[in-house]
Amino acid sequence: MTMTSSTISPEALDLKTVEAFDLTTDGPPALALANTIREFESRLPGYSKEGLIRGSTHPSVGMEAIAVGVSRVLRTTDNIASNHRGHAHCIAKGANLGRMLAEILGRRDGYCSGKGGSMHIGVKELGILGTNGIVGAGIGLATGAALGAQMRQTGDVAIAYFGDGASNQGVLAESFNLASIWHLPVVYICENNHFAQSATLEKMVAQQELRLRGEAYGVPSVDVDGMDVEAVSNAALVAVDRARAGDGPTFIVADTYRFLGHMAEDTEIYRTPEQVNRWRDRDPIVQLTHRLLEQHVLTKENVDDIKAAAVAAVDAAEVFAKASPYPEIATAFTQVEEKN
Amino acid sequence: MNAPTQQLAIWRALNTALRDEFVEDPEVMIIGEDITTWGTGGGIYSVTRNLVGPFGKQRVRDTPISEEAIISTGVGAAMSGTRTIVEIMYSDFTLLGSDGLINQAAKSRYMFGGQFSVPLVVRTTTGSSIGKGAQHSQSLETIYAHVPGLEVVVPSTADDAYGLLRSAIKSNNPTLFLEHKALYYDKGPVTKELIPLGQARVAREGTSITIVATQLMVKRALEAAVQLSEQGIDVEIIDPRTLYPFDMESVFSSVRKTRHLMVVHEAVRDYGWGGEFISNTVQECWGELDAAPRRLGAARTPIPYSEGLENAVVPSAQNIVDEVRNILGLRRMQIA
Repeated sequence: MTMTSSTISPEALDLKTVEAFDLTTDGPPALALANTIREFESRLPGYSKEGLIRGSTHPSVGMEAIAVGVSRVLRTTDNIASNHRGHAHCIAKGANLGRMLAEILGRRDGYCSGKGGSMHIGVKELGILGTNGIVGAGIGLATGAALGAQMRQTGDVAIAYFGDGASNQGVLAESFNLASIWHLPVVYICENNHFAQSATLEKMVAQQELRLRGEAYGVPSVDVDGMDVEAVSNAALVAVDRARAGDGPTFIVADTYRFLGHMAEDTEIYRTPEQVNRWRDRDPIVQLTHRLLEQHVLTKENVDDIKAAAVAAVDAAEVFAKASPYPEIATAFTQVEEKN
Repeated sequence: MNAPTQQLAIWRALNTALRDEFVEDPEVMIIGEDITTWGTGGGIYSVTRNLVGPFGKQRVRDTPISEEAIISTGVGAAMSGTRTIVEIMYSDFTLLGSDGLINQAAKSRYMFGGQFSVPLVVRTTTGSSIGKGAQHSQSLETIYAHVPGLEVVVPSTADDAYGLLRSAIKSNNPTLFLEHKALYYDKGPVTKELIPLGQARVAREGTSITIVATQLMVKRALEAAVQLSEQGIDVEIIDPRTLYPFDMESVFSSVRKTRHLMVVHEAVRDYGWGGEFISNTVQECWGELDAAPRRLGAARTPIPYSEGLENAVVPSAQNIVDEVRNILGLRRMQIA
């Protein structure tokens, strides 16, 4: 045991201010954020068809509860390393919708000035180490950011978001082991949406209890209903508290589903509409809305207002992004390296 | 800073550079396989010897054998603000971590619009000639020099090893630092001056022909130069020291003097960096060349194990002598 909680500064330990998810106080903002992400993501296939988006863009409609639930327990200086289906992770971490969309449309006001696109959105000031075009790569990056946090004794944690497809990449096994022996403040979050592009979990994963992979490396591992924002958030809270206290990594497997295709041009021949509809019955936004109405936290009117606000926010983002000019061609040749 | 110049072996010069950098910057860390527990406690070639004692197990960490995670972790740590050195035992093994190096580290600054620095050095061993066989002897510098966003450092002397390693650690770009496994025990003076990346060194002054060479090939070119000087041929040797950034101006000014160019490297000749140097020189100095430039490099084979075979596929001092005479239009020397 080389690393113990004594390596974390006392200030860091004092930061345990986030409480368990409270429907009354945490429910409405969670619903608002989930609705905003849903609205943002739902419009992407349309932009692709309009020819506004080049290349591949992967919407996460149906999976909002995970990013929303996890981000509630994070602070700005915590790092996240995301994946190809990563807009929700960024928006939930605080990314501006207009700058996100401008990046996806390849515009000058995008977070990366149009150099990154959907699969390469990084926001240093928000601790976002990037969405990523390489399946599983964020796992290693988050492990490294956790090492950096441990070295600098910041009390920050790092989150790796990845899918069930990435669970078959070797870097996950290597990172679990490394984080475990070094007690790194990292939380690995597998968004198990049951498909690696078109390949099903059933066909491609020998041991479908993904949680066991974490346990095999001594990483405390937990299954959670990824359609339930409250459950996700409470699991993330336990994991993040553990990490901040110097007690090492946690693996959370969140069961979820993507309602739309892998990307805009997906024919979806690998699944049936009935399967999709069965999961749509468990829509995380519908579930949260019902609960908030049932418990009289919100009225039907409040819910409509929240939805309208989400539409208005994305409308504004769209106006901003579409008005943003394309980058100066000269910038294609800059920022490759810092001159020594 | 007028400390007396010491004579140090290259491994010791590298070790000293690490220590000096660890003292100067308390946030630098190093991770790698067996770096505190092997041999004399300094990894496979002793470069990290006596670091863990003064600097502690947090900053000097042994890792499991997990090159992909080691390199990716180094990239993530560097992006998050911790200046990180990764030791990979053999450069052949960096290929297991090539996602971290090529897809992540090299691209992060650019694809995120300049927001992130990646102050990462991947130190690793390169080259053949000590019988390590096909998977521990490659010279992969060309592959990495080809990737936008990476710096590639190839020191051949103790002084360069010290000064370049310190500059590489201070660099905010990801750097591949290649240490030649056959040169670790070569001694030389160490001035402890920092050497900027992208500045070639004249390893030998001469007037008849310019030879551009790195690492073990510098040593062999120097041996060849002795033979050639006995034949009245005065060789100038330019050691680029870094392949990216690279210093063509030093090559051009040498060629303008000697009017002849040869490049010799241990990387496989075909598609090797020698072609890059020759192409640039031909474009810039066409009218000042008296003969077509030529290049030597390893044969298009993996590195064989048995000594005679290994020696046969990598340029020797004699190969260099012959090729110089060839360029100068002289006959091969017949040894009776």
